[in-house]
Amino acid sequence: MSDGISPPLGTPKEAAPVLYLDGVSVVFDGFRALNNLSLIVGAGELRAIIGPNGAGKTTMMDVITGKTRPTEGVVRFRDHDLTRLDEATIANLGIGRKFQKPTMFDALTVFENLELALKAPRGPLACLRWALSGEARRRIEAVLEEVGLTARAQDRAAILSHGQRQWLEIGMLLMQDPELLLVDEPVAGMTDQETEHTAALLVRIAGKRSVVVVEHDLEFVRALGSKVTVLCEGSMLSEGSIDHVQNDPRVIEVYLGR
Amino acid sequence: MSATLATPSPGGSGRLTLRLLMLGAVLLLAVLPALNRLPADSALHVSDFIVSVSGKWITYAILALAIDLAWGYAGILSLGHGAFFALGGYAIGMHLMRLIGPRGVYGHPTLPDFMVFLGYKELPWYWLGFDHFPFAILMAMAVPGLLAAVVGYLAFRSRITGVYFSIITQAMTYALMLAFFRNDMGFGGNNGFTDFKELLGMPLNTPTARSALFYASLALLVLSYAICSRITQSKLGRVLVAIRDAESRVRFLGYDVTQHKLFVFVLSAVLAGLAGALYVPQVGIINPGEFSPGNSIEAVIWVAVGGRGTLVGALLGAFSVNALKTWLTTVAPDLWLFALGGLFVAVTLFLPRGLIGLVSKVTK
Repeated sequence: MSDGISPPLGTPKEAAPVLYLDGVSVVFDGFRALNNLSLIVGAGELRAIIGPNGAGKTTMMDVITGKTRPTEGVVRFRDHDLTRLDEATIANLGIGRKFQKPTMFDALTVFENLELALKAPRGPLACLRWALSGEARRRIEAVLEEVGLTARAQDRAAILSHGQRQWLEIGMLLMQDPELLLVDEPVAGMTDQETEHTAALLVRIAGKRSVVVVEHDLEFVRALGSKVTVLCEGSMLSEGSIDHVQNDPRVIEVYLGR
Repeated sequence: MSATLATPSPGGSGRLTLRLLMLGAVLLLAVLPALNRLPADSALHVSDFIVSVSGKWITYAILALAIDLAWGYAGILSLGHGAFFALGGYAIGMHLMRLIGPRGVYGHPTLPDFMVFLGYKELPWYWLGFDHFPFAILMAMAVPGLLAAVVGYLAFRSRITGVYFSIITQAMTYALMLAFFRNDMGFGGNNGFTDFKELLGMPLNTPTARSALFYASLALLVLSYAICSRITQSKLGRVLVAIRDAESRVRFLGYDVTQHKLFVFVLSAVLAGLAGALYVPQVGIINPGEFSPGNSIEAVIWVAVGGRGTLVGALLGAFSVNALKTWLTTVAPDLWLFALGGLFVAVTLFLPRGLIGLVSKVTK
C-alpha cells in the first residue's frame, strides 16, 4: 500500500481496489492541504482515518467527492477518473458522503429525507412524475429500521436529536445504495451509548460496501476493529491495526503523544 | 434563503378547510361580472371599477404565485419578475397595436401611430406575426421563458445564489427598462402602447370584453395554482425545498441542481409573462415603467406579506397589499411608499411566515 504501486489492472475483480488515490496534492495559495497522498481502499473494506486537525482528512473527502480539484495526482473510483467529474455525477457513480456537520433537509420529514436520497431518476420531470412504489417504500422502511428511526419517520428532521441526525445522514447514504461511503466524524458529540450503536451500525454496513470513516475518537476507532490510516500534514504517516499505529513512534510524536 | 420555513402544506383537516375557503373565494370572484350586469340601483350591483380592479389584481396574484414558486420553494429570489410580466404585456400590446390597423390617428394601414410619427417606412421584422393572436400569446410565454432560461442558466451554472442572483435580476429589469425607453427600439419608447381598440373581435372597454378578460384571468389563476400545487406536492417540490435549505447537500445526493432551478425559474417566468399578457388589455396601456425595479420589488413584498412557500399566501398577499394600495393611494397618495416599506420591515420582523403564519397561529 505504499507509494509506487501501480494500479492492479489485470487482477481479479474481487481484488481490484474500489478507491485508488496516488500522489494526490492539493495546494491552496501555497499551502499544501494534501501532500503526495496515496490511499487504496478495497471492496467491502472498512477503513478508519485519523489524524490531528489540519491533517487533510476533510480535504481528502472533498477531492474524492468532486468538491475540490487536486492540484496533481490520480483519484480513481473503479475505472472512473474522479478529477474530471462534478459532485452530482460522482454521487451517481456510487459514492455517498456524510458531512462532519449533519446537513439534512429540516423542512422535510425523516421519511421524505430518505425518499430524496433513494436511488431513482434525478431529473426535474422524473421527480415531478415520481410516485412512491411499494418497493421504494419497503426500501425506505428497511433503512429506517437499520438506523433505528422507524418511530420518527413522520417527524420533521429539524426536531431530531443530535445522534438521530447523524443516523439519518447515514440512512440517507444507504438510500443512495453507494458502493463507497465516506463518513466524516460520525460520533462527534454523541453519548457513549450512541457511539457504540454507531460503531455497530458501520460494521454492519461494511462488507456489502466499502466504508471510509474519518474520526477523532480513538475508542470508537478501536470498536470498529478495522485497518487504520494516520494522516499528518497532508500525507500518510502510518497504516495498520489500531494497536500498530498507536505504538508507532512517529504517530505518538505528532498526534497521540500530545 | 437559508432560513428554515415550515413544511409547505398543512396536513389533513387544515388542507380541507383551506381548499373550501379557496373554492369559496374563486366562486365569489366568478360572480362579480354577473353582479356587474345587474341594474345600478340593485343592492347587489357591483361597479365597473370593482370588476376591472379585481381583474387586474387577479393578474397580480398570478405574478405572485410565480414568484412564490421560485422564491418560496426553490429559494430563488428574483427581483426582476416584473420584467417577465412586462414582456408578456408588450407581446399582447404589439398584437393590440396591429389590430388598430387604419383606425390610428395617422390612418396608416399597417404602421402603428408612433412608427409613423418616428418616420418608420415599414414594420420592423420583429413585429411580423403579431397580427395573429396565437402568435402573440406564444411570444408572451416564449420571450420571458427564453430570457429566464439564458439568465438562469448562466447564473445557476456558475452557482450564483442568494442576494447576488437578486442583484443580477434587478439589473436585468433595469437594463430592459432603459432599452424600452429608447424610441429606436421600435416599442413606442417612453409612451409605450395605448389606445387599443379591440381583442379577438371584442371592442375593449365594453362590459363583454371586461368580463371575458376577467374570466380569462380567473381561469389562468386557477390553472397556475393547479400547476404550482402539483409541483410543490410532488417529489420535485421536496427537491426544491431541499435546494432552498441546503443546495450543496442536494448536489452530493446526485441531483443536478442547475436543471431543477432552471425548470422552476423558466416556468415561473412563463406564468409571469402570461399574467402580463392578461394585465395589459385590462388596463389599456403598457409602457417601460412596467420594467421599473420598484415593480418587481413590490411583487416580492406581496409574497412576503402573504407568507412565502405556501402558494395560498402569495394570493392572499397580492390581494391584500393591492387592496391597501388602492385605498391608500386614494386617501393619502404620498404615504404609499412609506407604508409599503414599513409593511415589509414589519412583516420581516414580526410575521416571518406572513399572514398565513398569523392565520395558522390564531387557529391553533
